[in-house]
Amino acid sequence: MDALDLARWQFGVTTVYHFLFVPLTIGLGVFVAGLQTAWHRTGKDHYLTLTKFFGKLFLINFAMGVVTGIVQEFQFGMNWSEYSTFVGDVFGAPLALEALLAFFMESTFLGLWIFGWDRLPKRLHLAAIWAAAIGSNISAYFILAANAWMKHPVGYEVVNGRARMTDLWAVLTNPTALAQIPHVAAAAFVVAGGFILAVSGYRILRERGVTITGRRTAAGGVGDATVPLRRRTDMWRTSLRGALVMTALAGVVVAGTGDLSGQLLREQQPMKLAAAEGLARDTAGAGFSIVPGVEVPGLLSLLAAHDPGATIQGIEDIQQRYEQQFGPADYTPNLPVIFWSFRVMIGFGMATVGLSVLGLWLTRKRRGPRRGRTAAPVPVPSWFARACVLALPLPMAAIIAGWLLSEIGRQPWTVQGELLTAASVSPGVGLTEVAISLTLFTVLYGVLALAEAVLLVRHVKAGPETPPAPRDPAVAEGSDTDSGAAPLAPTLMY
Amino acid sequence: MTTFWFILIAFLWTGYFVLEGFDFGVGALLPLISRSDAERRQVLGTIGPVWDGNEVWLITAIGAMFAAFPAWYSGLLSTYYLPMVLIVAALIVRGVGLEWRGKVRSGRERALCDAGIVTGSVLAAFLWGAVFGNLLYATAFATVLGGVLSLSVAILHGAVFVTLKTSGAVRGRARRAALFTSAAAVPAGIVALPSVPGSAMDVPSWSASPWLWACALLAMATLSAGVALVWRRREGWAFAATALSIVLTAAALFGALWPAPLPGLTLAEAASAPYTLTMLTWIGLLALPGVLAYQGWTYWVFRKRLTVDISPH
Ligand code: HDD
Ligand code: HEM
Ligand code: HEM
Repeated sequence: MDALDLARWQFGVTTVYHFLFVPLTIGLGVFVAGLQTAWHRTGKDHYLTLTKFFGKLFLINFAMGVVTGIVQEFQFGMNWSEYSTFVGDVFGAPLALEALLAFFMESTFLGLWIFGWDRLPKRLHLAAIWAAAIGSNISAYFILAANAWMKHPVGYEVVNGRARMTDLWAVLTNPTALAQIPHVAAAAFVVAGGFILAVSGYRILRERGVTITGRRTAAGGVGDATVPLRRRTDMWRTSLRGALVMTALAGVVVAGTGDLSGQLLREQQPMKLAAAEGLARDTAGAGFSIVPGVEVPGLLSLLAAHDPGATIQGIEDIQQRYEQQFGPADYTPNLPVIFWSFRVMIGFGMATVGLSVLGLWLTRKRRGPRRGRTAAPVPVPSWFARACVLALPLPMAAIIAGWLLSEIGRQPWTVQGELLTAASVSPGVGLTEVAISLTLFTVLYGVLALAEAVLLVRHVKAGPETPPAPRDPAVAEGSDTDSGAAPLAPTLMY
Repeated sequence: MTTFWFILIAFLWTGYFVLEGFDFGVGALLPLISRSDAERRQVLGTIGPVWDGNEVWLITAIGAMFAAFPAWYSGLLSTYYLPMVLIVAALIVRGVGLEWRGKVRSGRERALCDAGIVTGSVLAAFLWGAVFGNLLYATAFATVLGGVLSLSVAILHGAVFVTLKTSGAVRGRARRAALFTSAAAVPAGIVALPSVPGSAMDVPSWSASPWLWACALLAMATLSAGVALVWRRREGWAFAATALSIVLTAAALFGALWPAPLPGLTLAEAASAPYTLTMLTWIGLLALPGVLAYQGWTYWVFRKRLTVDISPH
C-alpha cells in the first residue's frame, strides 16, 4: 500500500458515494417539478400532496449530493495535484462553467422553492423548481464533458508537459461526451424511476395492509378508513404510472446511447472493450459471453461494430501495441471487475426497464365494458407492487457498475494515452495523510449513509402528512409539534 | 488576462467570505442566542434560503482557480491537505445539519443536527483564517491569529445579520453577542490586519503598494465602525460596515498574494493559456450578471424580518 493506492481508493469510494445521490437528484427533481406542474394545471389536491411527499424525499437526498460534491471538487487538487496541473487548462474549464452556470442556479432556486411556498406567486414558485431541476441536468452535462475528455481527449495540445486547450467547442461537443451524457442522464432517470416505483409500490401495499413478503398484516391497511381504499391507493397509482413511463422512456435512451458508447470504445478505448469480454487476442467475429460459458458467437462484433464479422482487438495484442507506442508497462486494467461490471450494468439496469414496461402493460387503461368511453383505472396488482419494492437495488447497482466499467476500465490511464494514474498523484502528500482522510471520509460517510437511509425509510413509512386543506393549500401542512407556540411551518423547511 | 483572472478569483473568494461569513456566524451563535426550538428555527431561518447559494461562491472560486491557475489550485489544496480535509468535513456536517434539521423527528436528533451546524460553522470559519494566515507568514502565531480573526469577525458579522433579520428576544441577544464578540474581533484585527501587507512573499512587490496599506487600515476602521454602529442600533449600517471590512481584508489578503499566490509559484507560471482564459472570460462576463441578479433577488424575496412565530416565512 502506498499513498497512490489509498488515493485511488479514496477517489473511488467518495465518487461512488457522491453518485449514489446524484441520479436521485437528477431524476427526482424533474419528477417533482412535473408533479407540481400537474397540480398547477389541474388544481387537484393529490398532485400537491405528491409534490410535497416526493419533494421531501428529494431534499433529504439533495443535502447529501451537495456535501459530497464539495469533496469531489477539492479532491482533484488535494490528491491529484500532478493530474490537475497537467489537465487544468482543459479540464478546469468545464468544472468552472459547471459551478457558474449550474450550481448557482440549482442551489439558489432550490432555496427559493423550499422557502417560497407562500412567498412567491404560484407561477414563479413552479418556475423555481424547474430552474433547480434544469440546473442539475446542466451540471451533469459539464462534469460529464470533463469526464469524457479523460477517455477521449480532444481540442488540446501538449506544451511544456501540460495540456493546453485549443478548442473549447471541441471539448464541449466531444463525441464521447455526446454519447456519455445522455447515457448517464437517462441512467439517472432509470434509477430515480426505480426509486419512485419502490416507494409507490410500498405505499400501495401499506394502504392495503399487505407486507413485502405478501402476507396480510393483522392490523390491516393504514390510513383513514372512512376514505375508500381505492381512493387512497389511486394517488400512489398516479406516481407509479408516472415513474413507469419515465423509466421505460429512459430505458430506450440508455440502450441506444449505450450502443453508441460501445462503438466508440472500439475506436477510442479498445482495451476497455476487450476487457469487458475478456478477449485475449484480436478476433474477427468475436462472440459475447452472457455469463462465462454461455457465449453467443459474433455478438461482441455485432454490438461494437454493427457487423458480426468485424475484428475486435484483444487484450494481449493491445498490450503489445501499447508497449511499442508508450514503452514497457502493464496497460491491462482489472479484468474480472470490468467483465462483471459490464454485465451487471446491462443486466440489472435493463431488468428495471423491463419491469417498467411490464408495469405499463399491467396497469394500462382498459375500456370499461359498459361505461363506454370512460377508462377505468386498473388497480396495481399487489405482486407487482412487491416486485417494485424488491427491485430497488437493481438500478442502483447498475449505475455504479457502469461507473466501475468506465473508470477502472480506463486504468492505468487517467487521461487515455496521455497521463498515467501513477503520474497523477500529489507528490507532496504522504501515506499517513491520505490514510487519515480516507478513514475520516469513510467513517463520516458511513454514519451519514445510515442517517440518510433512516430518514428516507421513516418518511416513506409515515406517508404524506395530512392532505392540504382546500382553501389555502400551500401553508396547510404543519410540521413541528414539539412546541405549543410553533407556527405552521411548511414541511419542507426547518 | 492573468491579472484580470486573479482579480476575478479574488472577487469570488471575497463574495464567499462576506456571504458565508454571516452563515458561519449565525451557525456558531445558534446555541448562544436562542432559548427554544422556535427561536432556533427563527435564527436558522435567516440563512435557510440562501446558505447553499452562498456556498457555491466557494465552489466557483475553486473551480475558477482550477481552470485559470491549475498549479495554484493544486498547490494550495495539496499543501494544506489536512486542513482542507477538515474544512470539507466541517462543511459536510454543517450542510446536512441545516438540511436535515427540519426532517428529523425527535428533539434529540434535532440537537444532533444543531451540534453539526455549530461545530461545522466554527471549524470552517476558524480554518479558513488559519490557512490564509499560515499562507502569509507560515508561523504558528499567524496561523492561530488568522483563525481567531476570521472566526470572530464571522461571528460578529453573523450577529449583526441576525439583528437585521429578526425581531423579538433573539434580536436583543444577537446585539449583545455582537458587542461581546467585538472584544475579540477588534483586537485580533488590530494585530493581524496591518501585518497582512507586510507578509513576505517571494516577490515582494507589495512593499511599494500604498493601497494595500490603505485596505488593511480601512478594514480595521470599518470593523470598529461596525461595532460602534451596533452600539448605536444602526443595524443596516453596521452590517454594511462589517461586510465592507471583510471585503477590505480580502483585498489586502489577495493584494499580498499577488503576483505569487504560493511560495515559489508566480501567477504567470500557474496560468492557463490565453485562449482558455479568453473563452472563460466571455462566458463568465455573460453569466455573472445573471447569477448576481437572481441571487440578489432571493435576498429581496426573503427581505422581511423573521418573528419568532412565522419563522422562515
Ligand atoms: C452526472 C452527474 C454528476 C457527476 C458525474 C458528478 N456530479 Fe457532482 N453533482 C451533480 C451531478 C454530478 C448534481 C446532480 O448536480 C449534484 C448532486 C446533488 C446536488 O445537489 O447536485 C452535484 C453536486 C455537486 C457539488 C455541490 C454543488 C452545490 O453545492 O450545489 C459539487 C461541488 C460537485 N457536485 C462536484 C462534482 C465533481 C468535482 C465531480 C467529479 C468527480 C462530480 N461532482 C461528479
Ligand atoms: C460520479 C460518477 C463517477 C464514479 C462512480 C467514478 C468512479 C471512479 C472509480 C471507482 C475510480 C477508481 C478507479 C481505480 O482506481 O481503479 C475513479 C478514478 C478516477 N475518476 Fe472517476 N468516477 C466518476 C466520475 C468521474 C468524473 C465525472 C471524473 C472527472 C470529472 C472522474 C475522474 C476520475 C479520476 C481523475 C480518477 C483517477 C483516480 C484513479 O485512477 O484512481 N470520475 N473513478
Ligand atoms: C443496453 C444497455 C446498455 C449498454 C449497451 C451500455 C453500454 C455502456 C458502455 C459501452 C459504457 C462504457 C462507455 C465508456 O466507458 O466510454 C457504459 C457506461 C456506463 N453505463 Fe451503460 N449501457 C447499458 C445500460 C446501462 C444502464 C441500464 C445503466 C444504469 C442504470 C448504465 C449506466 C452506465 C454508466 C453510469 C456508465 C459510465 C459513464 C459512461 O461511460 O457513459 N448503462 N455503458
